[in-house]
Amino acid sequence: MKKLLILGAGTAGTMMANKLHKVFDKEEWQITIVDQYKTHYYQPGFLFIPFNIYNKQDVIKPKSNFFPPGVKVIYSVIDKIVGEENKVLLEGGQVLQYDYMIIATGTETRPDETPGLKGKLWYKEIFDFYTIEGACALQRYFKNFTGGKLVMVISEIPYKCPVAPIEFVCLAEAYFTKKGIRDKVDITYVTPMSGAFTKPVASKMLGDLLEEKNIHVESDFYMERVDNDKKTIVAYDEREIEFDVLTVVPVNMGSEMIERSGLGDDLNFIPTDKHTLQSDKFKNVFVLGDASNIPTSKAGSVAHFAAEILMDNLMSAIEARPLLAKFDGHANCYIETGYGKGALIDFNYDTEPLPGTFPLPGIGPFGLLKNTKINHYGKVMFRWIYWHILLKGKEMPIEADMTMAGKKRI
Amino acid sequence: MSEKTFAGKIVNLSDEGYFEDSSQWSREIAAEMAKEDGLELTEKHFEVLEYLRKEAATGAALSIRKVGKSGIVDIKGLYVLFPGGPLKFSSKYAGIAKPSSCV
Ligand SMILES: Cc1cc2nc3c(=O)[nH]c(=O)nc-3n(C[C@H](O)[C@H](O)[C@H](O)COP(=O)(O)OP(=O)(O)OC[C@H]3O[C@@H](n4cnc5c(N)ncnc54)[C@H](O)[C@@H]3O)c2cc1C
Repeated sequence: MKKLLILGAGTAGTMMANKLHKVFDKEEWQITIVDQYKTHYYQPGFLFIPFNIYNKQDVIKPKSNFFPPGVKVIYSVIDKIVGEENKVLLEGGQVLQYDYMIIATGTETRPDETPGLKGKLWYKEIFDFYTIEGACALQRYFKNFTGGKLVMVISEIPYKCPVAPIEFVCLAEAYFTKKGIRDKVDITYVTPMSGAFTKPVASKMLGDLLEEKNIHVESDFYMERVDNDKKTIVAYDEREIEFDVLTVVPVNMGSEMIERSGLGDDLNFIPTDKHTLQSDKFKNVFVLGDASNIPTSKAGSVAHFAAEILMDNLMSAIEARPLLAKFDGHANCYIETGYGKGALIDFNYDTEPLPGTFPLPGIGPFGLLKNTKINHYGKVMFRWIYWHILLKGKEMPIEADMTMAGKKRI
Repeated sequence: MSEKTFAGKIVNLSDEGYFEDSSQWSREIAAEMAKEDGLELTEKHFEVLEYLRKEAATGAALSIRKVGKSGIVDIKGLYVLFPGGPLKFSSKYAGIAKPSSCV
C-alpha cells in the first residue's frame, strides 16, 4: 500500500483528509493523520468569548467527529521530520514512513518571545485571545472591569487572521458601550504596521472605522518588551504606552518540530512554492494552511481555497505530471465591527482589497469594504459552515458558494 | 506609479515610493533618496541595504526580526540607523519591493 501522511489535524489537515479519502482508491492508499490533541477548536470563535457572545462549549468538538472512516488517526506529538528518508518520528519512538506528505501543523502563539510578556501580570492584566485559555481568562476579567486604559498590541508580523485584533477592539468598544462604561475606557490599537491594515485601501477604510469609534491607532510600533512594574509596553524606538489591561497577539511561530527538522525560516514557517504549494525542499511534500510561508493571510478561508489547488497538484505529482494548478493567494475575511455589523474584504497576491459587492458584481449581497448588517450574518454563518462543510471538505451549497468561492483569477 | 530623478537617473517608483525595478538601483540613488528624507547614509547603512538586496533577490520574506538576526546590526541598532520604521525605509533605499510579510 502507498502511504499518504498528514501532519496536523486542524482546519487544513482535517479538510485534506476528507478530500483525499473521497478520491483515493482505498485498495491502493492508506491515509494517516497525526495530531497531538483530541479536541478541535473553532479558533475564529475565540474572538467572541471575552465578550460573552460565545463560551468554551461553543467552540470545541472532538476531532474524531470529523475524520472519515478508514483514515488512520494517531494522537501523538510529532517529534521530527526526516525528509531525506521519507519518514516522521513521533514522540515515544514510533516511526511513520510516507510516499507523499502534507504538512498542516499551523502556527502557535509564543508569548515567551517577548521579554516581560509572561511576567507577573500574565492572565491577571495581560491576556491573549488566540488561545482558549487566554480568551476564557479575559472573559472573567472583563466581567469585573470598570474602566481604564485598554491596549491591544500586535507583536510581530505575520500573525494568523490579520483582522482579528481590529475586530477585537470594535467588539470591545460595543461591549463597553452596552455596559455603560465606554466613557471610562480608553482604547488604543498598537501595530508594527504603518496603518490599521497593510493594503492601502483597506487600511484607510479600517483606520477611518476605528477613528469613528474613537479608538486610537498607534502605528509603526514594534514591541520590544513589557514593563510589568510601570505597566507599559516599550518599543525598540523607545516609545512607551501605558496600559491598565493589555491584550496581545503574541509572536506567531510555526511548530518547534519544524525547527527541529530544519525545515523552517526564522519563524519556523516552511518555505513553500506560493503557486504550487509544494515544499521548496522536498518534491513529495506539500504544505497547507498557516504552517507555510506563502505571502497571504494565515486564515481558514485561505486554507480552504488553497486545498483545491493542493489536491490537483498532489494528484499530478503522484501521476508524474507537471504541477499546473496555481494558487493565487485568495483570502476572504469577514470583519466583525460591533453592533451587529460587519465588513468584508476579498483579495489575493496581486489585488488588494477593494470596494464593491461580493460575490455578484453590482448585486452582492455582501458589500466589500462596507460596514453592513448582512456582512455580520456572513460571519455568524461561518461557524456553521466551518463545522459542517469546510472541515468535511464538502462542496459549498449555494449561499456558501457565494461567500466562500468567487475567486477572481488574474 | 511615478518617475523621479535621483543622482541624474530616472527611477520608476510605486505609489508608496518603492522601486518598481530593483535593477535601477545604485548607491548614489539610495544616498540621494535618503537625503531627501533628511538621512545621511553611512557604510553601516549600506551594509544593511546590501543585505536586504541579497535576501530579496532570493525571494526571502523580509522582516525586522530577520535583519536583527543577520549579524550586521541588532533590532535596536536598526531603529537607530533608520528611525521611524526601519524596514519600511531601508527597503525603499535598498530599491526592493515593499516587504510582503505584511498581509
Ligand atoms: C482569534 C482568531 C480568529 C480567527 N478568525 C478567523 C476568521 O474569521 N476566518 C478565517 O478564515 N480564519 C480565522 N482564523 C484563523 C484560522 O483559525 C486558522 O488560519 C486556521 O485554523 C489554520 O488552519 P491550520 O490547519 O493551518 O492550523 P490549525 O488549525 O491551527 O491546526 C494545526 C494543528 O497541528 C497540530 N500540531 C502542531 N504541531 C504539532 C506537533 N509537533 N505534533 C502534533 N500535532 C501538532 C495542532 O495541535 C493543531 O491541531 C482565526 C484565528 C484566531 C486565533
